[in-house]
Amino acid sequence: MSGIPHDHYEPKSGGEKWLHRRLPVVSLLYDTLMIPTPKNLNWMWIWGIVLVFCLVMQIVTGIILVMHYTAHVDMAFASVEHIMRDVNGGWAIRYVHANGASLFFVAVYLHIFRGLYYGSYKEPREVTWIIGMLIFVLMMGTAFMGYVLPWGQMSFWGATVITGLFGAIPFIGEAIQTWLLGGPAVGNATLNRFLSLHYLLPFIILGLVIVHVWAFHTTGNNNPTGVEVRRSSKKEAEADTLPFWPYFVIKDLFALAVVLVAFFAIVGYLPNALGHPDNYIEANPMATPAHIVPEWYFLPFYAILRAFTNDVWIVIAANWITAGLVDAKFFGVLAMFGAIIVMALAPWLDTSGVRSGRYRPMFKWWFWLLVIDFAVLTYAGGQPAEGIWPTVSLLGATYWFAYFLVILPLLGVIEKPTTPPATIEEDFNAHYSKTTGGTSTTGATAPNPAE
Amino acid sequence: MSHADDQSSNRRDFLFYATGGTAAVAGAAAVWPLINQMNPSADVQAASTQRVDVSGVAEGTQLTVLFLGKPIFVRRRTQEEIDAARGVEMSELVDPLARNANLPADAPATDEDRTLTDFDGNNTGEWLVMQGVCTHLGCVPLGEQGDFGGWFCPCHGSHYDTAGRIRRGPAPENLHIPVVSFVDPGVILLG
Amino acid sequence: MFRPITLAAAVALSAGVAHAAGEAHFENHDFSFEGPFGSYDENQLQRGLQVFSQVCSGCHGIRYVPIRTLSDEGGPNLPEDQVRAYIDEYFIEVWDPEEQDYRAATPNDHFPPNTSVGAPDLSLMAKAREGGPDHIYSILTGYEEEPECALEGPPMDGFYNRAFANGAYPESCLDEEGHRTVEGSWIAMSQPLYGDDVVYQDGTEATLEQEVEDVSAFLMWAAEPHMMERKEMGFRAILMLGLLSVLLYLTNKRIWAPVKARLKGETPAE
Repeated sequence: MSGIPHDHYEPKSGGEKWLHRRLPVVSLLYDTLMIPTPKNLNWMWIWGIVLVFCLVMQIVTGIILVMHYTAHVDMAFASVEHIMRDVNGGWAIRYVHANGASLFFVAVYLHIFRGLYYGSYKEPREVTWIIGMLIFVLMMGTAFMGYVLPWGQMSFWGATVITGLFGAIPFIGEAIQTWLLGGPAVGNATLNRFLSLHYLLPFIILGLVIVHVWAFHTTGNNNPTGVEVRRSSKKEAEADTLPFWPYFVIKDLFALAVVLVAFFAIVGYLPNALGHPDNYIEANPMATPAHIVPEWYFLPFYAILRAFTNDVWIVIAANWITAGLVDAKFFGVLAMFGAIIVMALAPWLDTSGVRSGRYRPMFKWWFWLLVIDFAVLTYAGGQPAEGIWPTVSLLGATYWFAYFLVILPLLGVIEKPTTPPATIEEDFNAHYSKTTGGTSTTGATAPNPAE
Repeated sequence: MSHADDQSSNRRDFLFYATGGTAAVAGAAAVWPLINQMNPSADVQAASTQRVDVSGVAEGTQLTVLFLGKPIFVRRRTQEEIDAARGVEMSELVDPLARNANLPADAPATDEDRTLTDFDGNNTGEWLVMQGVCTHLGCVPLGEQGDFGGWFCPCHGSHYDTAGRIRRGPAPENLHIPVVSFVDPGVILLG
Repeated sequence: MFRPITLAAAVALSAGVAHAAGEAHFENHDFSFEGPFGSYDENQLQRGLQVFSQVCSGCHGIRYVPIRTLSDEGGPNLPEDQVRAYIDEYFIEVWDPEEQDYRAATPNDHFPPNTSVGAPDLSLMAKAREGGPDHIYSILTGYEEEPECALEGPPMDGFYNRAFANGAYPESCLDEEGHRTVEGSWIAMSQPLYGDDVVYQDGTEATLEQEVEDVSAFLMWAAEPHMMERKEMGFRAILMLGLLSVLLYLTNKRIWAPVKARLKGETPAE
């Protein structure tokens, strides 16, 4: 499966051979678990495992919650209270599920920014990246629909506002919105289909995760140097890599345990801190809450959505060019989805010949500015659209697009990167021989006496 | 060298076992709530008693109430029915046990062991309270039918007498009697 | 190298929280159930139940709270016979859809809804407002004389409350730029508690502060009845996962030691 030469599974006993001829499942598991992994992966490479854990945790707790939940506008809110009060440990399962969504997004954002910094999206990992982006979009859809299910005020009005985005599409928008809702407004039909899709999408995500893993097992992991594992001989490959089990499994599990300590501190002591109090008020189609705020993980994209009002020159220009077809509302929707699309196109927008940001002196600055931009957009998205916040959002949105559409293509031309180490082994040795006074170029050029 | 190796490998083994053990305990602690959530919830558990007003039940009629998802027959028997039930020889019975949750498990299936003592403490045989669930495969038997004037299960043809005892057909046991008692002059408490 | 990113995410996270903590004007009252090891005070919850039953329940319901939970451990912990006596004492009746009539409540019924004067249900009030029990405490102690500026305009409906943010507000209390000159606003509910509104069965003096604290605590319990179990679970999970983290850290170090030792061994040889 992997292009990196390594030992493959050999059936030994009669039973193993019997099964292997009919279904090589043990071989598949062995090769997946023992996959050669770059030795020099740092602590930012743990988020994949955290994400897999989140997906499984959300699916398991979600299946349980459905056993006790009632998808009907008259009963949904009360059934959630039934879960919180009567079901054995139901409160724990629901709080884990609700806060699990936040953990999921913390991990996915760190995972994405890791990829952006170390150039994990670049050739030959474009497919891994694109599938990852698809997973991210599906995650957002799943989280959004899940938030509707408790049928609180924020559920209802969030659903109203977000499905309203589709109404912005010219000509067919209203028809699409009605089709999505199953009626003129958010109602029982909406609630039921959202439950169905909220249940379905995670399994599609699971399938995509398998393809995501398959893709990067084919190309091999990226690593902090961005230098590929040597493949010309098994010996060289083994100098660059270690098997996933036990070296990285244990490392990742350690990181996961630490992450879960923080997670359970939130579930145990501040389970509602990340939610909105209004969602403890049952949905009321007659009264809109004062501020409708999406969950925190949507805020950066929500800020971009709101940034493009009809006094922004690019909106005016777009409006004029398309003879009124693209108004501010539609422009905002396009911008929000566009923000994800430009990120998905990063493999083709980044023209630099060097993969890892570690060896790109100018890129580093722009990258960290993007991280700050993301934080600022998150904050701006949570503020009411008044005062300085529309301007802040607009600046933030502009930088987001500029980073992908202008800075990434230009940097590859004007930047003079430093020289990455020749091999992963060299990087690893330089890192771990420091304590014994070795210099940073030792292991790479010297043959390994141990071999 | 081999000495030091032995020591460190012992320590290593212990560490690995401790880690694996702790992970297993943590995993089990996480799994238990996932299993326990399927047990009856607090509201269902709390519903396991029910007061039923039977003062309106006339002689020769039957009140059927739903208790814990199952029908409960509350029959106020006529004198003929009482006499018919008390006249049955024990040797004629298919199931010799009373199947009465208020009595020891080995109580015989006499009519007196099947009927309910009224509020004043008299077991006149007037009140018969039992689960309306055929002991064969769980259908609800029909009243005042069958060859013995008691209940008849339409699913597979089980005949019960006027004390709800199985007399003919595939059912193996007499109709079960739930935990029940008179708590007021006209009010019984189920469960 | 990537530590700053984690920091950025933390900032982003707290931003969401900070916004959620918005513009409420409540004071931070110390309740027994606050903090990692705080717990509900059984006697206080029973007093709070008394205040709720004798005052609040005239207009408000707590429809999501099952009456039987009054005897839950970690809650008011009333013995079951006292729960039944409580139902009799306050003539609690619930609507029976089968009989199409009201009947006496059983412990397994929920508290009846009460929407007779349009008052909101209080089951989840302590979670449905910023600040929760602090918010409730501040509202109930926030009634004051109307500020003078309000007397200049037409008479206001409702009652001035300095802790209530979202009510009606007279134009005569705005300055030239349209900013508010007094805190709070006008709330539809008249002042419900003055002190000595109830005679506590346990002999506690029924001052206003006492009553308000008791009923706020009771409503917190009504909204989050499993809080004690929740904190206990958090504590155990943190201990367990903390231990597991340490063990996994050591295991990880041990596993990687040979890989790294090989390096250290060979480097000086060069």
